[in-house]
Amino acid sequence: MNSPSLDSLILSLVTFAPLVGALLLIFFPRRDRDIRVFSLVVSLLTFVLSVHLPVYFHRSQMEFQYEIDRQWISSPNIHYHMGIDGISLWLVLLTTFLTPLCVLISWKSVHDRVKEFFILLLILETALIGVFTSLDLFLFYFFWEATLIPMALLIGIFGHERKVYAAVKFFMYTMIASVFMLAGILWLYAHTGSFDFLVIRDRIWTSAIPQFPAAAQWLFLGFFIAFAVKVPLFPFHTWLPDAHVEAPTAGSVLLAGVLLKMGTYGMLRFNLGLFPEQARRNAPWIMVLALIGIIYGALVAMVQPNMKKLIAYSSVSHLGFVVLGIFSFTQSGLNGAMFVMLAHGVSTGALFMLAGALHERRHTYEISEFGGLAAPMPVYATTYLFIVLASVGLPLLNGFIGEFLVLSGAFQDRAIYGILGATGVIWSACYLLWMYQRVFFGKVTHTVNNSLPDLLGFEKAAVWPCAIAALVMGVAPILWLAAIEPAAQFALGPFVQMASKAVIQ
Amino acid sequence: MMAMLPAQAQFIPQGTDYLRILPELVLSVFGIVIMVMEPLVDEEKSQKTLGLIALVGTFVALVSTWYMGQSPGLAFAGTVQVDSFSVFFHFLVIAIAAVVILSSFEYMAVQKIRAGEYYALILLGTVGMGLMSSAVELVLIFIALEISSISTYILAGFRRHEGASSESSLKYFLLGSFATAFFLYGVALMFGATGSTNVALISRDLQSGSVPLLVYVATALMLVGLGFKVAAAPLHIWTPDVYEGAPAPVVGFMSTAPKAAAFAVLLRVVFAINAPGRFWLIWVAAALSMTLGNVGALVQTNVKRLLAYSSIAHAGYILVAFAMTSPDNSPVGISAVMFYAASYAAMNVGAFAVVSHFANAGERYVTLEDYEGLGRSSPLLAATLTMFLLSLIGIPMTGGFFAKFYVFSAALKANLIWLTLIGLVNSAIGAYYYLRVIVVMYMREARKPVPVTPVPAGLATALGLSVLATLYLGILPNRVLRYAQDSAQALISHAPEAAPDAASTAQSTSATPSR
Repeated sequence: MNSPSLDSLILSLVTFAPLVGALLLIFFPRRDRDIRVFSLVVSLLTFVLSVHLPVYFHRSQMEFQYEIDRQWISSPNIHYHMGIDGISLWLVLLTTFLTPLCVLISWKSVHDRVKEFFILLLILETALIGVFTSLDLFLFYFFWEATLIPMALLIGIFGHERKVYAAVKFFMYTMIASVFMLAGILWLYAHTGSFDFLVIRDRIWTSAIPQFPAAAQWLFLGFFIAFAVKVPLFPFHTWLPDAHVEAPTAGSVLLAGVLLKMGTYGMLRFNLGLFPEQARRNAPWIMVLALIGIIYGALVAMVQPNMKKLIAYSSVSHLGFVVLGIFSFTQSGLNGAMFVMLAHGVSTGALFMLAGALHERRHTYEISEFGGLAAPMPVYATTYLFIVLASVGLPLLNGFIGEFLVLSGAFQDRAIYGILGATGVIWSACYLLWMYQRVFFGKVTHTVNNSLPDLLGFEKAAVWPCAIAALVMGVAPILWLAAIEPAAQFALGPFVQMASKAVIQ
Repeated sequence: MMAMLPAQAQFIPQGTDYLRILPELVLSVFGIVIMVMEPLVDEEKSQKTLGLIALVGTFVALVSTWYMGQSPGLAFAGTVQVDSFSVFFHFLVIAIAAVVILSSFEYMAVQKIRAGEYYALILLGTVGMGLMSSAVELVLIFIALEISSISTYILAGFRRHEGASSESSLKYFLLGSFATAFFLYGVALMFGATGSTNVALISRDLQSGSVPLLVYVATALMLVGLGFKVAAAPLHIWTPDVYEGAPAPVVGFMSTAPKAAAFAVLLRVVFAINAPGRFWLIWVAAALSMTLGNVGALVQTNVKRLLAYSSIAHAGYILVAFAMTSPDNSPVGISAVMFYAASYAAMNVGAFAVVSHFANAGERYVTLEDYEGLGRSSPLLAATLTMFLLSLIGIPMTGGFFAKFYVFSAALKANLIWLTLIGLVNSAIGAYYYLRVIVVMYMREARKPVPVTPVPAGLATALGLSVLATLYLGILPNRVLRYAQDSAQALISHAPEAAPDAASTAQSTSATPSR
């Protein structure tokens, strides 16, 4: 009898701690303060638990760690199989890091149906962590779909004017797209008798599935479309601005910070992991879509009169970098893609929190309603600037590292990709700094803005951790990359083989 | 019937024969007791008393089902078969009846319906449904089908003072009798073609030689009859009208229990007989049901009609599992159907229980507009309904998800790629209209407040059970799945005691000319 060690239990603990919190919340009396405090405690506890993961993570190891593999359902053969590598490790951390901040930023802004809000938020956290920790395709799909409902409800109940439209659009878009992934998963199960990611990957890599070559392209596309909608890759991005603008601040933070990464994570894990050959073959048009996303997203962001929409489009642009990095199939491209994911999560999350803070004060996101805010709100303005610079990609802050790595990877793949991608960096400086200038510099044009309160205590508590993280990530990226690198190297294994085969031939 | 089995012409029932229809006997006795008691008890009290007797009846029937399951085998000259398959469906329909009775207590009082016949009819209908699942003789199946159908025809008209209810009942009766006639005609032709009405004998006969054309016609006719009962397109037209007019708890009942029983019969006809030439019929019916059901539901504003269309769509998903023709795949298909029937029952009975509570006297509040702001005015009820709707969509953690998952993975295993894709896309489209109900409840404010009475204990128990069942099937489906898989084996490999060699023949590859 070997008693289950903490190592194999920790992932389940991290994943389900928020859910347990949510279930307990159901029985709470409707005293809003208690509910908020309790949610904060639960989410912080989850964060503390999750810190165990990087601390005891074996950085040199390529395999999945903290694995737990139990049979859940015997037929169909579904396992409760969880494990993380250097890629999913940081995405789990990102989720647990952002959730307490989401609780904080919603402290005052959510005052109606508070209980429902925090229940949904915690359920969402469980589902998000589950997506990154599952190693069983069924389990993965299970969590993948489970993220939909709480997010759609958060948007639909707690959002702004056009919330219902946005919620339904978000739901239907992702639901329809993920159906194709389900078809792919079912096909793989039908032909391998397993949902286990590792088993299926081995079978595919050793060409042990007879009908695989004929179906591979369709399977690749099935998975890809589900992920592309989630990312969102141009031209599947139209749900994103609606969802972001209407979502409550915490919803936007998790949506941009983590939900979108589910898509890029899926591409990295499944499209590259299971279908390397098809990934290589489809890379050209995917790269083009990513480049269009980078440039188009940036250009559209530039002309947005609405601050939140601007940030939303900037996400389209930044996530384009991630896809570009992933499909460059180079070490630095993959490292960079991972790093951009994390950096974008932190800095865009913070941007949404700051935009939300402004909305709390003026109930509008229109840039033209502001101007000269630097005078009445100095702390707010400084924090905002810091985050904007991080997002723009100022060296020594987090945005720079990721984009630099991605672009160098893209250059190695094909110079033109790198050149076009690099313009994205310039565009992002344009739209973000221009927005900053219009909001904060000059004279106060609307007299109401003169009396706006500066950043409040709980808002500082929510935003400053992001700022600190942005700085640390920029100064010491090695802390993150040390774990990412082996995982990325492993993901590239089949591509290196393919390349060497091509050379021999 | 006796003429077909000349050897057993002087058949004398033994103790075990009665044991193997024990649940039916129990339910009949309780049903008759209720009928007799009705005029004897005080009208005020009768509602509760009779309901409780009926509830006790279902419990006793559940226990006797378990007891019956301890002695599997044939009864009554090989016309009734007790195996894990029939036990499964007995449990299912009796459990549905129990939950529906629980959720009807309050409804009966609010709608001022005299309860005696109501509960008696539910029990007697359940007798028919139970018998449908254990009968292995086509004529007996027909009789059981009629017992179940006639009860439901009457139940549909129980809101006596409402025109819609009478319309519903009459429509259901007319079209239903038409459909049973089809079924009977099919049975007759099958007898003409094979010389038997016994399922195992027919199956053996069909495998032993060339299949006469008459068999195809017979199969088609039987499928038409059963297709009507399960509300599969293109035989679904009656469903929305009937469901709209019938009392809400009855709809919860008749959209699940008789359907489950009809699917049990369909499983026998399709898999045990291994009826030839069915592939395209079922393929088209499945694709049509899913599509027409979902598209029809998109534009509904009445929640009962919406759920009616949804039940058409769900019949379509279940039919997908019937399109498996090769013997290696059929156990997976059968168990998928059984699991689906169970989870659909859990979520749909639950959903209709909420709808019937919310509808209030005279079923006044059944449109989407009435549900506005329900999430705020009665959060628990709304959350429960949301659970069931999410399950109907097929969201993870619910039985509905697993049911769909299992059906489609079975279909892909059988290489039915197109049917699977149609089904998957359909289930994504279907999400929209369920979501609309959720949206209305949570994301809109009530324009005209609708009074919601507090949930009485009976209904609360019924809802609790449905929620538990839905979650249980969604999170720990293993036991039920295992049981369904064993039953599937039992269904395709069973042999009448008279013909022990049928087991091996049924399992070996059949010469079905389908596809």
